[in-house]
Amino acid sequence: MSNWIDIAALNDVPKRGARMVKTAHGCVAVFRTGADEVFALDNACPHKRGPLAEGIVHGLAVTCPLHNWVISLETGQAQGADEGQVATYPARVEQGRILLDATFLRSRKVAAE
Amino acid sequence: MAEKLVIIGAGMASGRVIEHLVEAAPAAYDITLFNAEPRGNYNRIMLSPVLSGDKTYEEIVTHDAAFYAAHNVTCRFGERVAQIDRASKTLTAENGDVIPYDKLVLGTGSNPFMIPLPGHDLKGVIAYRDLEDTEQMMAMGQGSKVVVIGGGLLGLEAAAGMAARGVDVTVVHIMPWLMERQLDEAAGFLLRKALVGKGITVKCAANSKEILGQDGHVRALLLDDGTELPCDLLVMAVGIRPNVALAKDAGLAVGRGIHVDDQMVTSDPDVLAVGECVEHDGAIFGLVAPLYDQAKVAAATLLGEPAAFVQKDLSTKLKVTGCDLFSAGDFADAEGREDIVFRDPSRGVYRRLVIENSVLIGCVMYGDTADSNWFFGLIRDKTDITEMRETVIFGPAFQGGGSVDPLLAVAALPREAEICGCNGVCKGTIEDAIAAGAADIGAIKATTKASASCGSCTGLVEQVLAATLGDDFVAPSAATVCGCTDMSHEDVRRMIKSQKLTSMAAVWQACGWKTPCGCHVCRPALNFYLLADWPLEYRDDPQSRFINERKHANIQKDGTFSVVPRMWGGITTPAELRAIADAADKYDVPTVKVTGGQRIDLLGVRGEDLPAMWADLNAAGMVSGHAYTKGLRTVKTCVGTDHCRFGTQDSTGLGIQLEKILWGSWTPHKLKLAVSGCPRNCAEATCKDIGVVCVDSGYQISIGGAAGMDVKETELLVQVATEQEVIDVICAVTQLYREGGKYLDRIYKWMAKVGLDWITEQVVDNLENRKALVQRFELSQSIYRKDPWAEHAATRAQQYQPLADLSLEAAE
Repeated sequence: MSNWIDIAALNDVPKRGARMVKTAHGCVAVFRTGADEVFALDNACPHKRGPLAEGIVHGLAVTCPLHNWVISLETGQAQGADEGQVATYPARVEQGRILLDATFLRSRKVAAE
Repeated sequence: MAEKLVIIGAGMASGRVIEHLVEAAPAAYDITLFNAEPRGNYNRIMLSPVLSGDKTYEEIVTHDAAFYAAHNVTCRFGERVAQIDRASKTLTAENGDVIPYDKLVLGTGSNPFMIPLPGHDLKGVIAYRDLEDTEQMMAMGQGSKVVVIGGGLLGLEAAAGMAARGVDVTVVHIMPWLMERQLDEAAGFLLRKALVGKGITVKCAANSKEILGQDGHVRALLLDDGTELPCDLLVMAVGIRPNVALAKDAGLAVGRGIHVDDQMVTSDPDVLAVGECVEHDGAIFGLVAPLYDQAKVAAATLLGEPAAFVQKDLSTKLKVTGCDLFSAGDFADAEGREDIVFRDPSRGVYRRLVIENSVLIGCVMYGDTADSNWFFGLIRDKTDITEMRETVIFGPAFQGGGSVDPLLAVAALPREAEICGCNGVCKGTIEDAIAAGAADIGAIKATTKASASCGSCTGLVEQVLAATLGDDFVAPSAATVCGCTDMSHEDVRRMIKSQKLTSMAAVWQACGWKTPCGCHVCRPALNFYLLADWPLEYRDDPQSRFINERKHANIQKDGTFSVVPRMWGGITTPAELRAIADAADKYDVPTVKVTGGQRIDLLGVRGEDLPAMWADLNAAGMVSGHAYTKGLRTVKTCVGTDHCRFGTQDSTGLGIQLEKILWGSWTPHKLKLAVSGCPRNCAEATCKDIGVVCVDSGYQISIGGAAGMDVKETELLVQVATEQEVIDVICAVTQLYREGGKYLDRIYKWMAKVGLDWITEQVVDNLENRKALVQRFELSQSIYRKDPWAEHAATRAQQYQPLADLSLEAAE
């Protein structure tokens, strides 16, 4: 059962940017693309746990600021030759507000902490 | 034995004749050169830059005493020729000397036309023709008043030059709009607006009635509507008349000018004429390009080689700063002619094409003249434009169906189109070299010098190769920026400049980006190129910056940041050190380290704490050290004459000055400087991007050092005498690097591509260019010389906090 909670206004996240949301089990990065889609991923690159929310967002991907791994925002999969995956969470935009699914956030595994 | 050649008049055309002669056959003639002006050949069209103060007379001299001496030219300057006796083949100088000639070249030029208004012989009424006139105008200073009669090319350049000196200038023009021979009314209006913006008063459709004087000196110009325009100097720039007096007295055939045939020979086979004094096939000449053609032909004729002068369509470009205009061909209204007009009022752009029988016959461009060569080519080649009728007005980039094919654009360029600006190599020269066997870029460089200097045209040269050789040309696969595009960095920079692309979206569109919004490789590069080329038009895009530049701190492996406040020239105070220590305590900074750039690094700061920490440091008077940028990092110094017993100059003070001027500027890669007070070089200036080593007699500026992955010693650029010159040269070289460098190339890599010689030419030898570079740097710095920490702490602190904190909610 989903439990959508209002996180913030869409405009609180810059276009082609991201902000970080704190949860009891670690941080989630909320991304906004150039086309105003939003995605939520663990804020830790599968490579060296780089903060993905600080990366450059392009198309439907983000580049990790530490070593330039490119992660798909849709699947959490590392692109190209790199291998690895980050957990993704349901996210959507409704009437200019960003909504995340609290059920999912609560049930998430603590990412290797 | 050499024949005797006498040349009358040392102008631009006759100067070229001499050059061609001494180059092709130095022993063919004994040359004697008469000139009524007490000096030799100088570049008369550069008098306007002399007037505006951009150049000095010395800089526009084309041939100096050494040149004449080296080529055995007998100079008789300041002497007029009284008469020519063609029967005895002699001429008589003013002092009575009789000089025999075998061949005679007349280069008597033209006289300015003086309107015979009452009062035209008053003192302070002058023409704009020679150095004396220019000097009189230069003597006018702030607050003096000058009236210029004539709103043509010359009059407007005179007006703009004096206005630049703070003179109150009024232009009086009899026609309804300015430059009516070259411009149509709409373009004339835009030009007028631009000149008025420079503080020049413009009166069109104004009839002069009388020049009023007082004690024999001009006092005012009276118009026929009764308006009095007070002035200290009155300049008439209403036109020129070929100077035919001497030729006419000698019985040569003259009309409006001295009649010449296609070989530049007058009605006497031993007398030639070149320049503004001639009439060829009914036409007389005022622009420089045909004069040079005539000079070439005349030299060939003198050497007995076949050559013929052919009149070409002429184009005009007015270069008054900020008034970019171009006109070519015929654009008068007439039956059967159609117009295509394009206007963009907000950019001040106007473009008009005149078409007759599907051929372009005239073109006026104002505000954006980037495509003028292409249009001029259509006019000259009488190209049938039926196929591109609908898009022709938008220029070459829009031909050939939507997407840009640079190859087609290059193929469409005329042979005269300049490809290599540094060495003045046109497309035709390159095509000829290809026809002679040059098949790759190296061979073109070796045979034509194209792309051998700054290298920014390498892509263009390759395209000429490809367009000429077709499939035979295998382009070296130039490294593309990234997978988003097939273009190289150089191509993209050229597109940004030539197509005036001022936004990221415009670049993606115009350069055919294959991804919707680029990637982490191209976006930071484009962001830099755009802000460097369009400092006023483009707004920095934080989302296209690497995190360090977006958050103005250096990200560390655990996601925390490091904070480095600026210490100007490495100088700090106890109060600053206390503030740094307090900040380190307050924000639990785990590591405090002294950096190699003579300042202090606070490592391990949480992202959320950055704005508050910056506010604290700001309160103690400190600003960002930009330790995270592709931009100015530090200016390292030693203590110089302040304390050191060996110091020769105030290296610390100079370092601080440099840092205060350069800080905040963005560059292709990081930029580190140092100033050492003596050759012992304690500041290690010779392994920096730009280093200054002080010596007794001044300052040695060297560039291209590195002490990173590569270790390089700097190479000497120039030694100068004053601190101001150090500052100017360094600002200029920084700007040159900003404008041409490839993103992520340090200066030493850029220098390896463009060559130290070229850089020297741009910022050391060419003072005018140095000044322009400094001005462009300063324009950009007016936007970017500020503290991003203060700005972010005040307006963007929220962005550094988590979007939401669900840790409590989740813990329920």
